[in-house]
Amino acid sequence: MEYKISNRLKLTALILFIVGLAGVGYGFYSAHQVTEDNIAEYMNDGHHGEGHGEEAHGEEAHQDGGNSNIIASVEGDGDAHAEESHEMTHEEHALHQIHNRPYAALYVAAFFFFMIALGVLAFYAIQYASQAGWSPVLFRVMEGITAYVLPGGILVLLAAALGDSHIFIWMDPEVVAHDEIIQAKESWLNKGWFFARGIIFLAGWSAYRYFSRKFSLAQDSVDGNSNFKKNFRISAGFLVFYIYTESMMSWDWIMSVDPHWFSTLFGWYVFASMFVSGITVIALITIYLKSKGLLEFVNDSHLHDLAKFMFGISIFWTYLWFSQFMLIWYSNIPEEVTYFVARIEDYTLPFFGMVAMNFLFPLLLLMNSDYKRIPWFVVMAGVVILCGHYLDVFNMIMPATVSERWFIGAPELGAICLFAGIFLFVVFTALSKAPLLAKGNPFLKESENFHY
Amino acid sequence: MEAASKVIHAIYNDDDVLMSAVKSVKAEKHHIEEIYTPFPVHGLDKIMGLAPTRLAICAFLYGCVGITVATVMMNFIMIEDWPQDIGGKPSFSYLENMPAFVPIMFELTVFFAAHLMVITFYLRSRMWPFKKAENPDPRTTDDMFLMEIAIHDNEADLTNLLKQTGAVEINIVDKDEDAH
Repeated sequence: MEYKISNRLKLTALILFIVGLAGVGYGFYSAHQVTEDNIAEYMNDGHHGEGHGEEAHGEEAHQDGGNSNIIASVEGDGDAHAEESHEMTHEEHALHQIHNRPYAALYVAAFFFFMIALGVLAFYAIQYASQAGWSPVLFRVMEGITAYVLPGGILVLLAAALGDSHIFIWMDPEVVAHDEIIQAKESWLNKGWFFARGIIFLAGWSAYRYFSRKFSLAQDSVDGNSNFKKNFRISAGFLVFYIYTESMMSWDWIMSVDPHWFSTLFGWYVFASMFVSGITVIALITIYLKSKGLLEFVNDSHLHDLAKFMFGISIFWTYLWFSQFMLIWYSNIPEEVTYFVARIEDYTLPFFGMVAMNFLFPLLLLMNSDYKRIPWFVVMAGVVILCGHYLDVFNMIMPATVSERWFIGAPELGAICLFAGIFLFVVFTALSKAPLLAKGNPFLKESENFHY
Repeated sequence: MEAASKVIHAIYNDDDVLMSAVKSVKAEKHHIEEIYTPFPVHGLDKIMGLAPTRLAICAFLYGCVGITVATVMMNFIMIEDWPQDIGGKPSFSYLENMPAFVPIMFELTVFFAAHLMVITFYLRSRMWPFKKAENPDPRTTDDMFLMEIAIHDNEADLTNLLKQTGAVEINIVDKDEDAH
């Protein structure tokens, strides 16, 4: 089955891209409207925190005043602890957060779409390494999505480079000079090594993607299974590489926004998030292509299996989320717990709403095995899961960069549209480059007749 | 309708043959009383037209009972009855101290769902330690498949049909003998 990217889809991607650019542009423009000269005026107008009441304002003022306050001095984001040495006024502090917002919004969306592609790549490698019999009919869909790994990864690194100290406080030499905790981590957290690591990770992932795609296409037109065997071997190798680099990537790209905080299961937690979003996107694109009549060989048992993965990995994600939260909540050690104090106080709705969206919703919707076969039901659950995991990334980045001055407005939605446009274009272009059935796969027959 | 006093036992030695036999017996609109197999034959229930099990629904409900028991129990003990300060844990309301209760809520949910479902299964399938085995032919626990059909003055018809389906042995048995 050949797929050709339709003009309508191209147009949709273009519109998303342009609307996104406009939103992001507006975000930067409006953030820079607020300067040192008018910040006091701006805050007196009641603009602070957009929709956040006087309470948050008062509390923050209190923290800034009493600089011996443990919470304030350890508070993940560097702005707060910078005050230890040189007093930062409330206005300066707020100004930083307002200026950080468009950068952080861009970074969150860039990472979200990238992690979908990377999650699919891991899923794809697992299917090869475990010689799964049900999934080969979906391989081309997965290969299409993983086409975004390289461009998406480059975009994340660019967003990180652009955001610089607006996102990663440890990239600001001024802050590091006054911060012993960050100084102690400088051998890992320094700009050169950060980007070098990023390039190494990306090179490894996209090299696997490049070769597995090449072997998968080659397998279509030859007799024998030599290409399949090569794919099997590199997939097993890739999975080892992936689990190390993914963990390090999560320290670098996400955990280091709070350079005073650390958690050991963070790598797994980020992995679960990307894995479930990736599987959800596979299901959504499969349903879309099938509704166009392009995947006749995909039956509702395949959909059922994908939905089971969405269900199971959602619960796995919740398990890790709760394990991380509960261990820190229970022992309540000040240097760890500030992470959740900041989130529960300022991000109550996104923080707990995300748990409902990523756990309760899929748990109740996807438990029934009949529902897992109904496309619109899976789409509905999938959309909620994806929104939930966007919020998950949002909750990981935003508290460290904009603190209580968060809002999901033009910069955030713009960034989502921008990267959604690029994602759609890259993925569907890649899908139209090869037949949608990997017909040389030795498990193809089994997969076509797969029935659960 | 008077209960059939005799049943016919058709014995097969292959599950594929059994499956096609069930299809032709169903096509002739005979009612199959029971089928005895040594192992689960995939798809047999579908071909026989058996209603799907509701055991999973039971398990879900039992799980709901379990989480309710856990919540009510811990809310009473830890919050209402004697709200002590144990290591600084906030025992002012259930919600405030909930993360500490989640492991127990989870385990009791699983415990209730699993055990009550198993007990339901035993009750519904009538299994208990000293139950007399209802086995018309001991070979069906080893390598033979047995289909039991009631006879209503159609012994010859049925025998012919079953022979055609590849039965290796056909016995006519008095129903009272293995009444259950």
